[in-house]
Amino acid sequence: MELGKSIGLEMGVATRDAFGKTLEEMGAEIENIVVVDGDVHDSTRTRFFKNAFPERFFNVGIAESNLVGIASGLAASGKQPLAASFAAFLLCNAYDQIRMGIAYPRLDVKLVGSHSGISLGQDGPSQMAIEDLALAASLPYFTVLVPADEHAAVWATRAMFDHHGPVYLRTGRPDAPQVYNVDSTFQLGKANVVREGNDLTIVACGLMVAIALEAAHTLSQQGIEARVLDMHTVKPIDHAAIEKAALETGAILTAEEHSIVGGLGAAVAQIVTAKQPVPMTYVAIMDEYAESGDPDDLFDKYGISAKHIVQKTTELLDRKQAS
Amino acid sequence: MQTSADLNQRTIKDLRRISHKLSKQIIEITTRAGSGHPSSSLSMIDILTALYFSGVMHYDPHRPQWLERDRFILSKGHGAPGLYVTLAEAGYFDADLLPTLRQTGSPVEGHPNMRALPGVEASTGSLGQGLSIGLGHALAARLDGQTYRVYVIIGDGEADEGQIWEATMAAAKYKVDNLTLIVDNNHYQQTGAVEDIMPVLTPFMEKWRAFDWYTHEIDGHDMQKIVSSLEMMKSVSGQPQVIVAHTKKGKGLSPFEADETSHKHGKTLTKEEAQVALSELDDMYADLD
Repeated sequence: MELGKSIGLEMGVATRDAFGKTLEEMGAEIENIVVVDGDVHDSTRTRFFKNAFPERFFNVGIAESNLVGIASGLAASGKQPLAASFAAFLLCNAYDQIRMGIAYPRLDVKLVGSHSGISLGQDGPSQMAIEDLALAASLPYFTVLVPADEHAAVWATRAMFDHHGPVYLRTGRPDAPQVYNVDSTFQLGKANVVREGNDLTIVACGLMVAIALEAAHTLSQQGIEARVLDMHTVKPIDHAAIEKAALETGAILTAEEHSIVGGLGAAVAQIVTAKQPVPMTYVAIMDEYAESGDPDDLFDKYGISAKHIVQKTTELLDRKQAS
Repeated sequence: MQTSADLNQRTIKDLRRISHKLSKQIIEITTRAGSGHPSSSLSMIDILTALYFSGVMHYDPHRPQWLERDRFILSKGHGAPGLYVTLAEAGYFDADLLPTLRQTGSPVEGHPNMRALPGVEASTGSLGQGLSIGLGHALAARLDGQTYRVYVIIGDGEADEGQIWEATMAAAKYKVDNLTLIVDNNHYQQTGAVEDIMPVLTPFMEKWRAFDWYTHEIDGHDMQKIVSSLEMMKSVSGQPQVIVAHTKKGKGLSPFEADETSHKHGKTLTKEEAQVALSELDDMYADLD
């Protein structure tokens, strides 16, 4: 994908790569970390950990339910397990096991789902998780992290081990443009303002942060200044940043590489409607499955490209004007 | 002078005395609660008695999180009343809590909640998951250089769940020999006989043998056999072990046997039926007097 190029963002590595390398580093720092794999360590990038710490790595085969159950037992006996697979298989195949074995007993298990969203492209909808954020966020006690680029992914990987409790980390396959630099700072549950603006706020996560910045650039040329908020922690969500955005910019657009049902947009809307009602609109996958294809084409076809953000902003600002 | 055979006999007698008490408690607390799974609890209560009171398992009720303890996981979580009476008898919590089974605010919940009660090692109630969790504990022991053992009870119908076989394969792959699975083979699941609901599920022995497990088959109500086979499993090296325990759902008590379909799966006895069952239990253990 050519994301971010038009506004001068440098291409970085995929979030799955940054996660994998950071996990390997953390394996050296924390002897208690154990990784459980569903025979996709080359794809999820837990292979770096596997190669460095083979005795703490278990490939249990293509069996996500068992994968999660084993992680639950490891955590209950005091280890710090991380279970990784494709987001779609991990969340959808093993949801009951995640619910009973991790969420309900509130165990310290880290789940990492790779190949999320439609940026997966050619492999098609069977492999594309567009429901994972809704599934993970609806589990009590879960923290849900969606890093926008490699720097955010490094931080998120470290942050989840600093946090005691269940975490779901969403990673992606394609290289991601660098929204941040190596000195950027992050805090769990605290959104980052990656662009200032007061005409509306675009709340985004994952790859959509770069796309939101592209859209903001186009809007700026039309005299509209968009604030862009990276909601890297989808749960617990940053209430204060959302209320502030609603109050100061008077209109909110959410952008996510996920179904419109139960994801970032829904979470933001809950706060806006309860605390600081302002006009809102949503850029997301509209309750349908995508298809195989080039990721850029898919973002365009399924309505989550920068162009769509710009279009919906126009309509949103009309409503803001009228309200 | 007492011989070791006499001592052993006394031990078995003591264990049967405990099983008698726990069996009565299962009926009393479920009848009082008006819901729950007494027949599924009774089929495995002799096995639980052997695990907790014969010296097979090492544990300390005053230190429920003691790292070196042996772990017991009730994968068939609906057998919770059987687990609760056992844990109370073992000293994990006061038996006064037992009559609060299933009441709002009571930690003695409908299905086991590891965050609510000491001694409960896993939150279960969605079938098929306990063996994987047990395998996780067993692998943790290996990683930590510990020698504790992990015991898991599943129901026979529970083996309909594919996850049981995922865990079975993975345990064999890692040659986990500190893991003993006990199948409470009581022959009935919720709506009928195991053999009718899933005809090819049984016999079990050949299936686990094919996955390179150490297999053993016993009468799950013969206390001597239960204890000796559990002890025997400790000497198996390089293989996980399964004990297929042939049991009676409801322990053969007539109020349960009267339901030919499922032996009152998930149904409690009325006060009158409970009186019959308690009286039959007294007869069953009359030789102990």
